[in-house]
Amino acid sequence: MLRLLNEFVESFRIAFTQIRANKMRSALTALGVIIGIVAVTLMGTAIRGIDTGLENSLAMLGEDVLYVQKWPWGGVEDWWNYANRPPIRPEDAEKVNRIIASTPNSLLTVAVGVVGRGLAVKFEDNKVSNVFAVGTTSDYARISSVDYSEGRFFNETESQAGRSVVILGFDVAQALFPNSSPLDQVVLIGGHPFKVIGVFVKQGEFLGLFSFDNQMVLPLGAFRKYFGARRDGQLRVKVTDKLKLAEAKEELIGAMRRVRGQTPGERDNFTVNEQQAFKAQLDPLRKGIAMAGLFITGLSLFVGAIGIMNITFVSVKERTKEIGTRKALGARRRSILLQFLIEAVSICLIGGAVGMLVAYLMFAGIQHEAPNFPVRFSPDLVAISMLVSVVTGVISGFAPAWGASRLDPVVALRYE
Amino acid sequence: MSSVPASPASAAHPAGLRPYREPGPIVIEIEHVTKLYKMGEEIVHALRGVSLTVRRNEYLAIMGPSGSGKSTMMNMLGCLDTPTAGKYHFTGKDVSEMSDDELADIRNREIGFVFQTFNLLPRSSSLQNVELPLVYAGLSPSARREKAIQTLQNVGLGERMSHKPNELSGGQRQRVAIARALVNNPSIILADEPTGNLDSKTGEEIMQLLEVLYEQGNTIIVVTHEEDIARHARRIVRLRDGLIESDVRQY
Repeated sequence: MLRLLNEFVESFRIAFTQIRANKMRSALTALGVIIGIVAVTLMGTAIRGIDTGLENSLAMLGEDVLYVQKWPWGGVEDWWNYANRPPIRPEDAEKVNRIIASTPNSLLTVAVGVVGRGLAVKFEDNKVSNVFAVGTTSDYARISSVDYSEGRFFNETESQAGRSVVILGFDVAQALFPNSSPLDQVVLIGGHPFKVIGVFVKQGEFLGLFSFDNQMVLPLGAFRKYFGARRDGQLRVKVTDKLKLAEAKEELIGAMRRVRGQTPGERDNFTVNEQQAFKAQLDPLRKGIAMAGLFITGLSLFVGAIGIMNITFVSVKERTKEIGTRKALGARRRSILLQFLIEAVSICLIGGAVGMLVAYLMFAGIQHEAPNFPVRFSPDLVAISMLVSVVTGVISGFAPAWGASRLDPVVALRYE
Repeated sequence: MSSVPASPASAAHPAGLRPYREPGPIVIEIEHVTKLYKMGEEIVHALRGVSLTVRRNEYLAIMGPSGSGKSTMMNMLGCLDTPTAGKYHFTGKDVSEMSDDELADIRNREIGFVFQTFNLLPRSSSLQNVELPLVYAGLSPSARREKAIQTLQNVGLGERMSHKPNELSGGQRQRVAIARALVNNPSIILADEPTGNLDSKTGEEIMQLLEVLYEQGNTIIVVTHEEDIARHARRIVRLRDGLIESDVRQY
């Protein structure tokens, strides 16, 4: 055991002596590994960033919220079966809530109706067009987990009376009131005055498609009064236990069929959407991107590995006589194998370390330029990269090192 | 090992009156050894049935013209190669059937090689070169260092320990190589044309060092084609065409 350890230490010493003696050659070889490690690291981080972004976006939908809508998420091929469905009316939430209240041990907590459309909003000279206006009831606050940077949500009285009050998304508030607080100010939405009673905290974008910060929420009554009563909306229903989502969904479907007066045997004329189903739709795509990305960047690491193999072959060839001498002095096959493997691994480790440094600097640059871009440099990334470096070294160094260990000492000693 | 006297006693003795040590137990025993090589289609009989016994504390020279089987004999004795047929016992152990790793261990512990071309590692210091067999013997770094320093001092290179081979003269390099051969206290020292790459004066110094080592109780086998070198030994074995032509003791 001690012998092996001593040989290990000795092999590292030899390896670093060799690398120092052949600086240019080692540097060029390590460059292949550096490029490989940088590419793999960047791709790995990008994939993780995409995943994180996706998770964050999906979390915005709420893990414990079911969405009753006309269309299923993710799109359909038989669109004609959906187009003629009657619209989802937000006031149906009342009826669903009554069914929930009369059902013992209901798995549903509360249903809330939501309608929406893009509207322009204006304060003095500042104007933001196409802000997504959401009309809903005070129950919305029970479903959404979003906090307020200022102010509050509207209460039940304001909701039922359909008062002209509004809670602004973060970006909308920033655009309209760059230097002052929007609280208690009156903004014009589609030309109608609304009093600002709250501002949401910054939430970010959903899959980069839709910004939750570019919306505003107003009481349903006010929305319908000014912006149209017969719009297709949706119901959002919070469940009691997100682990029993499937059962809750069944219960909700039953309740909706009653509300919509559907007869037994008739197909549902609505769809209950949930975050999980959305995720399931996205997963294959996500995996595909990850596989393709890692494969392509893995190729650059493979090229680096070939460089290592080549240089180890050269190293073995030009040190044939040294191998003979070492064998004459009592080096076993294992010792020679170890020596050249460690030499290959050492170059890979150096390449890996430099590669990590380069990747780190690149991340720092990206973070500096685009703080929202979800790339993060993590310690386990370092560990994985180092592991990849060692494995690359062992795999690419093995064939030449094995050849060296099998050399006949008589032949090797005679080699000039 | 005691320290080297400044001028070896043997240098003062004319041939025939040199100190002679009674040989001890058998170290090497070769019986009817043959070695065949395939060179393309042709089969070369390098050794055609050689028998030889070497005892502890002998000083032996193996001579012969090129093609006599001298190199093959040297590789065989050094456990770098195994015979095609016949028996080779090294301190009683049968070498002919040993695996590569067992042979490596025998070479490490029992045989000290001295090469014509020194074969020092160019980027390592004298000390590191001398330590090398001890690395493969599994000694700890501190034990290695201690033994290597002592051995280098014994061959008169205490002042050159951190020098690399290219900072040493030919004679000094061969002394480092001899220290490397001695450091693991081997049963035999096997020197292959040890003066072949040295001028005659330096060569003579190296031979005097070997003489001292012999007088200190080491077993030495020198493979050479030079009569002047062979004359230092106490016994000369001459090979010709893969057979022992003569085996003469000289005092």
